[in-house]
Amino acid sequence: MDKFVNVALPKGRLGEKVYSMFEKAGYECPSIREPNRKLIFENPEAGVRYFWVKPSDVAIYVERGAADIGVAGKDILLEYEPDVFELLDLNVGKCRMAVAGPGDFRDDPGRTLIVATKFSNIASTYYNSLGRDIDIIHLNGSIEIAPILGLSDVIVDIVETGATLKENNLEVLENIVPISARLISNKASFRFKSDKIEEIAAGLAEVIKND
Amino acid sequence: MKTSDYTLRDDEKIIFALRSLFEKYGYEQYKMVKFEEYDLYVRNKEFLVSDNIITFNDTSGKLMALKPDVTLSIIKNTKDEPDGIRKVYYNENVYRVSKSSKAFRELMQVGIECMGNIDGYCISETLSLAAMSLKLISEASILSITDLDVISYVINLVTDDSRLASELLALAGEKNLHGIAALCAENGISDEKCGLFCKVVALHGRPGAVIESLREIIPGCPALIPLSETVRSLGEYEDMLELDFSYSGNIKYYNGIVFKGYVDGVPACVLSGGQYDKLMAKMGRKSKAIGFAVYLDELEKILSRGKQYDVDTLLIYGDSTDRKALTEKVKELAQSGSSVLALRKVPPKLRYRQLIEI
Repeated sequence: MDKFVNVALPKGRLGEKVYSMFEKAGYECPSIREPNRKLIFENPEAGVRYFWVKPSDVAIYVERGAADIGVAGKDILLEYEPDVFELLDLNVGKCRMAVAGPGDFRDDPGRTLIVATKFSNIASTYYNSLGRDIDIIHLNGSIEIAPILGLSDVIVDIVETGATLKENNLEVLENIVPISARLISNKASFRFKSDKIEEIAAGLAEVIKND
Repeated sequence: MKTSDYTLRDDEKIIFALRSLFEKYGYEQYKMVKFEEYDLYVRNKEFLVSDNIITFNDTSGKLMALKPDVTLSIIKNTKDEPDGIRKVYYNENVYRVSKSSKAFRELMQVGIECMGNIDGYCISETLSLAAMSLKLISEASILSITDLDVISYVINLVTDDSRLASELLALAGEKNLHGIAALCAENGISDEKCGLFCKVVALHGRPGAVIESLREIIPGCPALIPLSETVRSLGEYEDMLELDFSYSGNIKYYNGIVFKGYVDGVPACVLSGGQYDKLMAKMGRKSKAIGFAVYLDELEKILSRGKQYDVDTLLIYGDSTDRKALTEKVKELAQSGSSVLALRKVPPKLRYRQLIEI
């Protein structure tokens, strides 16, 4: 059995913040802070190996066992529904999933609502729960432009401060779910490395408490 | 003709070993047709891992399906004998959509079903066979057992709202304690009840220690007595057993003991099973039942690594080689028990134990 716990971290600002939490919890890996293009770093004493991966891929690495644990946004977990354990809410990367549209938008229940989004699964689950018939247009970015150009009635997207929406004359119409970064674990790895994984989770929980 | 160990692939060796194990315990092989009426699966859609099914019309226009599951067919085609016990094993292909590729795949499944007047011994025997099946695959394996009667008892202490109960169960399956706390707070569940549920969900580890903890957390739970008895009967496998209460399956069909098997190096469970009396009742059967399946496709990751050579002997011949001598040499090597490949030149990347030029 690999004695390391393999940790998939999301590349970018959130990943750096999360790594600091691992560091404070006693799982530092100084080489990670050195300026280079390496993607894998390990600290044999602490028994951890970190990988930087695209944030939306963290759940795949963990579900497929390439990483034992990882940090993924709740949006990714809701969208892809990976078969993993969600061990801890890290309370960072906080934002919300929301329906947004022009301020004067009025939903006409007599016609199909056209929704543009990157999060098709979250949007369809939400509108199914309301019994609302929708047509989803899957986009990969610049979602805010869709209602402006008449491509969709509303959008379902992540809202952090609402500044981008405001600049494009859009506003939040409904909040769907709060989002934050979560510590996830592969279900098989959790069985074979449970002591170490639980120790890391407890260490991070302590860091959250003290912050 | 003698089949050497070399001829069998690792997955085939496992299939034969499992079949031999099940037959030793009195299970008879159950053969079935590749397809069933589509209606069987529609009525029990939630029991299936995926509700995508390959369908076609037979010659009379009836809608048929390539079987996505074995258990439903066995229940449907087996006589209901609530006073007796029928033990069968199967080794069949099923057709399911792969979650990652979203395409249909043909998957090999080997498993057992024990139906009828299921008693404590039947449960212990099934769990022992599951443990032995895992050991046949790898020494580094874990059989994780959950008792749904314990979970139902705790859920009933927390809420009688079935919608909330199923949401709590889904979160329990993720070990999502922060999610459980938030959901309880939203629904006005007291901290005491929420804490009790979280304590049970967080429990996992060696059965003895977990049962001790359960006795402290829920002393009045009647399911603890049969659970302790089941665990006691499995003492031989103690090193590979764990009790875990983060169940993510369907409680509409399963009841009592459910379990999953894990092998080091494989990221998903390779064995899954449990008691499914509720499914039997839903299909109009009075019998109770327990069984499990081993998912051989999940083992590809560890099995493909085993083979060191593609062939034992690579025999290279040329234009001037005497054909009779070559034929005899190939036959001699093949009959000695090793594999031999006769070619004119060495192919790139072929792994061979020895090279002979003739």
